[in-house]
Amino acid sequence: MITTNGNLLEVKNLRTYFDTEDGIVKAVDDISFELKRGETLGIVGESGSGKSVTNLSIIRLIPDPPGKIVSGEVIFNGSDLLLLRNEAIRKIRGRRIAMIFQDPMTSLNPFMKVSRQLMEMTELHLGHTRAQAHDHAISMLEKVGIPDARARADSYPHEFSGGMRQRVMIAMALSCEPELLIADEPTTALDVTIQAQILELIKTLKRETGTSVILITHDLGVVAGMTDHVIVMYAGKIFEQARTADLFSVPGNPYTKGLLRSVPDPTAEQGKLYQIPGLPPDVAHLKPGCPFAPRCDHVQEICHREFPPFVELAPDHHSLCHFAREVYAESGKPQIHR
Amino acid sequence: MSTEKKTDPELIHIPPEMAIAEADVRPEEAGEFIRGTSLWRDAWRRLLKNKLAVFGLIVVVIVTITSIIGPAVIKRVFGFAPDYIPTDDVRLIRSFPPFRGPNGEFSWAHPMGTDNAGRDQFARVLQGGQISLFVGIIATLVSLLIGVSYGAIAGYFGGRLDNWMMRIVDVLYSLPYVIVVIVLLSVFRSQTPRGQLILLFIALGAVSWLTMARIVRGQVLSLKNQEFVLAARATGVSSGRIIFRHLVPNTLGPVIVYATLTIPQIMLTEAFLSFLGFGVQAPLASWGSLAAEGIQNIAIFPWQLIFPGVTMALTLFSLNFLGDGLRDALDPQMRTV
Repeated sequence: MITTNGNLLEVKNLRTYFDTEDGIVKAVDDISFELKRGETLGIVGESGSGKSVTNLSIIRLIPDPPGKIVSGEVIFNGSDLLLLRNEAIRKIRGRRIAMIFQDPMTSLNPFMKVSRQLMEMTELHLGHTRAQAHDHAISMLEKVGIPDARARADSYPHEFSGGMRQRVMIAMALSCEPELLIADEPTTALDVTIQAQILELIKTLKRETGTSVILITHDLGVVAGMTDHVIVMYAGKIFEQARTADLFSVPGNPYTKGLLRSVPDPTAEQGKLYQIPGLPPDVAHLKPGCPFAPRCDHVQEICHREFPPFVELAPDHHSLCHFAREVYAESGKPQIHR
Repeated sequence: MSTEKKTDPELIHIPPEMAIAEADVRPEEAGEFIRGTSLWRDAWRRLLKNKLAVFGLIVVVIVTITSIIGPAVIKRVFGFAPDYIPTDDVRLIRSFPPFRGPNGEFSWAHPMGTDNAGRDQFARVLQGGQISLFVGIIATLVSLLIGVSYGAIAGYFGGRLDNWMMRIVDVLYSLPYVIVVIVLLSVFRSQTPRGQLILLFIALGAVSWLTMARIVRGQVLSLKNQEFVLAARATGVSSGRIIFRHLVPNTLGPVIVYATLTIPQIMLTEAFLSFLGFGVQAPLASWGSLAAEGIQNIAIFPWQLIFPGVTMALTLFSLNFLGDGLRDALDPQMRTV
């Protein structure tokens, strides 16, 4: 196995397009990023920015048709997942790359006992016998903090609350000790106290198992607390890519700045909550310039005409903007608080 | 059929082993874990509340059991098989009224009378029930096997495959299937009654799965976009396993309902074909062929038609009541429609 400079995952120039009646939707358009072993990567962006499609592309679960991975490489542990045969990728799904989905209410099969769903994983990938798999399932349920796991394992999903089901999903995802865990908005459908518990659980388990995590979210608070690196996506493109601390302290992209300003600040009680004007663009009909230009407060004439460059602002810090350096410099200045 | 459910339907049924386990729990812990009711138990309770469905269930169970063991019991007690013709005594080869012996005296031997050849009508009706139920169940099993797999595969893979598979169904659907069955049966006409019966099974099975395939495909189409299917795919489960382990169990409600309604439908078709002389042939009997014989003598020997006819009608009604009850029980939302 080729270990490529400590990177568990390298995504290079990934393009995933959807062929719709409305034209070709470039859901993910030329995206590259990498993930080191044991690190957590956050992907943030509005709905429809291509976060989920990026991750479904990684494990090749894009519904085809209409979706299609047009080009790119997904190097996982030195081999390109996009070139693997179907049986080979199936052995990776769940075993080495596991996923947690957004809505725990619908991501468990309502007709299968919880234990059965957990057992399916290890029977399939680790060759467990029924008894082994059952014991393993119970120990996993205990690990994710299901009280009275032995008695509850044989319940059906509807007998569990939302938070409990998400715990079950996490137990399932981690039961084969995958090297990469993709969590697609794992807390969006949960209420706030449960959110905190689930995030804490993911953190703890990550520390124990050394799994790398890709965390998709639109909650910047979650990103700040959980991740080492962040990618900001907009209209299928990476707009900014940085270490988490850098992104929050010196954002180099007007979109990121807008996002950060939109986070409610409990200490400043007065005033209206900031909102980026306009709506995300229709990715099927993008104009030649910067896709964010119509909503941008730094917009210049060039933005409507030319696609912006991907500027390196610092090591590990890139931004897609004609005026990335200016924005970056401006962010770096000591802020005069409103 | 379950017979242990004699408890009040309002109460949550606790199996004995659970009850012991709960008694062992310390009182302070007992409150925190309430045993949930499963979907099936809920459905069963709703079914028990439906009087017509319970009536149907009871009749179906009685008819099934007596049909299965009845002919053997009669053979034991009175010493004649359903196809026994009393050839040694020519005076007995004629149609007796119910409960009448050779000289018009009261007798238990033939509670439904005899047919023209002196065969016991009761034994014939029971044997006819055996064959009618058997035809209904086998054809329904075929429809389950072919229809469910076919529909699930078409629905899950979608696209061009689905298109082709469902167009084939459409073509078969558009053929008038009674005529197809008649043609099948007359082209492959078999010499033996048993061969004819097998042909009937094949012919009825071959056409019975079409609606089932459509129902299951529709269900799978709506289910396959649910997140649990994506989640299963993301855990590396193969397509075959997703279809048969994850999707098919989720379609079970409508499938069961439709299957229980298919049984009477197929039985009726069988009776119809036998009535026309295409189905079951003497000496084997089915309700349809018995009715066909009976109708020729309706003016003189009305019991030859009445008994098989009433038994069949009662059974078909009951199966339909049971099917409707199951539909209401398994899908409470549909009730309001």
